[in-house]
Amino acid sequence: MTFRDYRRRVVNALMLGVTGVCTMMAVFVLLFILGYLVVSGGRYINWDFLTKLPNPVGESGGGMANAILGSGKILLVAGLSGIPVGLLGGIYLAEFGGGSFSFLVRYAADLLNGVPSIVMGIFAYAVVVLPMRHFSALAGGLALGVMLIPVILRSTEEFLRAVPRSLREGAFALGATKRRAIATVVIPAAIRGIATGVLLSMARVAGETAPLLFTSFSNRFWSSGWSEPTASLPVMIFTYAISPYDDWHRQAWAAGLVLLGLVLFANIGARLILSGKLPSLRKG
Amino acid sequence: MRRLQNGDEIAHLITLIFATSVVVITLLLVYELALNSQLSWHKFGWKFLITSAWDPVFDQFGAWPFIYGTLVTSAVAMLLAVPFGVAAAVFLSELAQPGISNALTFLIELLAAVPSVIYGLLGIFVIVPLMRRYIQPALKSTLGFLPLFQGAAYGVGYLTAGVVLTVMVLPFVITISREALLSVPREQREGSLALGATRWETTWKVVIPYARTGIFGSIFLALARALGETMAVTMVIGNDPKVHASLLAPGYSIAAVIANEFAEATGNLYLSALIELGLVLFLLTIVINALARILILVTTRKGTEH
Repeated sequence: MTFRDYRRRVVNALMLGVTGVCTMMAVFVLLFILGYLVVSGGRYINWDFLTKLPNPVGESGGGMANAILGSGKILLVAGLSGIPVGLLGGIYLAEFGGGSFSFLVRYAADLLNGVPSIVMGIFAYAVVVLPMRHFSALAGGLALGVMLIPVILRSTEEFLRAVPRSLREGAFALGATKRRAIATVVIPAAIRGIATGVLLSMARVAGETAPLLFTSFSNRFWSSGWSEPTASLPVMIFTYAISPYDDWHRQAWAAGLVLLGLVLFANIGARLILSGKLPSLRKG
Repeated sequence: MRRLQNGDEIAHLITLIFATSVVVITLLLVYELALNSQLSWHKFGWKFLITSAWDPVFDQFGAWPFIYGTLVTSAVAMLLAVPFGVAAAVFLSELAQPGISNALTFLIELLAAVPSVIYGLLGIFVIVPLMRRYIQPALKSTLGFLPLFQGAAYGVGYLTAGVVLTVMVLPFVITISREALLSVPREQREGSLALGATRWETTWKVVIPYARTGIFGSIFLALARALGETMAVTMVIGNDPKVHASLLAPGYSIAAVIANEFAEATGNLYLSALIELGLVLFLLTIVINALARILILVTTRKGTEH
């Protein structure tokens, strides 16, 4: 074996080894994040944390119950405003659309999808907070709702398109109207995919902080109704993490673990829904 | 086309309205950003982008330190994430068994699902102390002759923000580059291997060049993410509205200044200047995203031809 061949073999083994190391490091980062949060946050999660209001500044203890409920309220507004638009828009693109208007809708959705989340916050501020003259759960929810639209729209369209044509034709052959065929045959066939898209997008916005900073703002007490400043888990993590108090840092870790747990749970759940038996999709 | 039967027109109309609302919302977003940044635009004009004074008390607003910070942190992130991410993508597409590759890709995709505020939390309490105690002193003693690595080791700063961004954009580079590599036809690899090339030579000289458009697409997509990333950067960049040559120095980014100052901005000009920063960020990411989309589209088309 010549020296040149030997060198080629060494370079081959070395570089392929490097690619493996890079992959393992990327996976290690995920495991490190999970492990670190479980260790640092797990210790401080207790009944008080989940059920009590934050204590006054300087007093240790207390919890984040208002932020957990607030996040729920904001996500409810986001879901109610964003999911219908994404779903029905997606149905339009897959079933009725075609031509330059559909192109425009897709283009707009891609544009929205690329908007940095902080800019979405400015948008909600301009449209909701300025006219109402105060921060509210409504404004934060709408900011997140707009972020849901492009993701749900495109995934709904994609999964509806994957439904085989023969299913539609079967429905038409039995005399169903287009509307009936969509509602009773096409959508049920694609429902797992659509649900996955909705769940993944909700998980994504659940962790968003930037759009909430100056829309729902924050609150150290319960907020009643929808038009008051409302605490949320991500914003609480941010304010607690950059504060100078050790006790707040501990609570930030606990809140981080709760948030990460919810987000990863939703992500893995969404994959499980999708990977379940779905013969109608596989046939296409 | 099939005639629409009664009731179908209504279904068509309802979905059409919702589809239209997507376009309307997008237009409204652009309109609101433009409208609310008028005040600052009229006062400062193009000079807004290149001046460095940021003084809310005297109503002086220049965006350059933030634009600079955004560009520098994103550049650091791309320099680290691209070689790293493409290498991992090569492993996942060329070496790993399909089952293992899919499982590892799933884990790496989960990395993209971690909320950015959690990256910020880990950034503050893990990466910043690490940088201050070990990495920054080491960089100073080895590369300290370069202006890039001078000054006190604060822990926070451009470099730290760039490192956190690296981890955040890595999943995008890996998963999309992997797709591009997987769409390279088998014959390309076999031809090269038959000519006596090693596995690595095949990958480096045949597979990667074939998939380069898709890889560039993943890079632009990751860049757009990095430019717009807010929370993690805000928590570790140091929040100093000045331009520093050293990567170790604390700086500021567009998204970070909006996040920190928007809720407390008093005065219309101040608010307007922050919204104009948002507009700048919006336009920057739109252009980069459009480039990414075109590149990814080109490769997927090429992939389906074979």
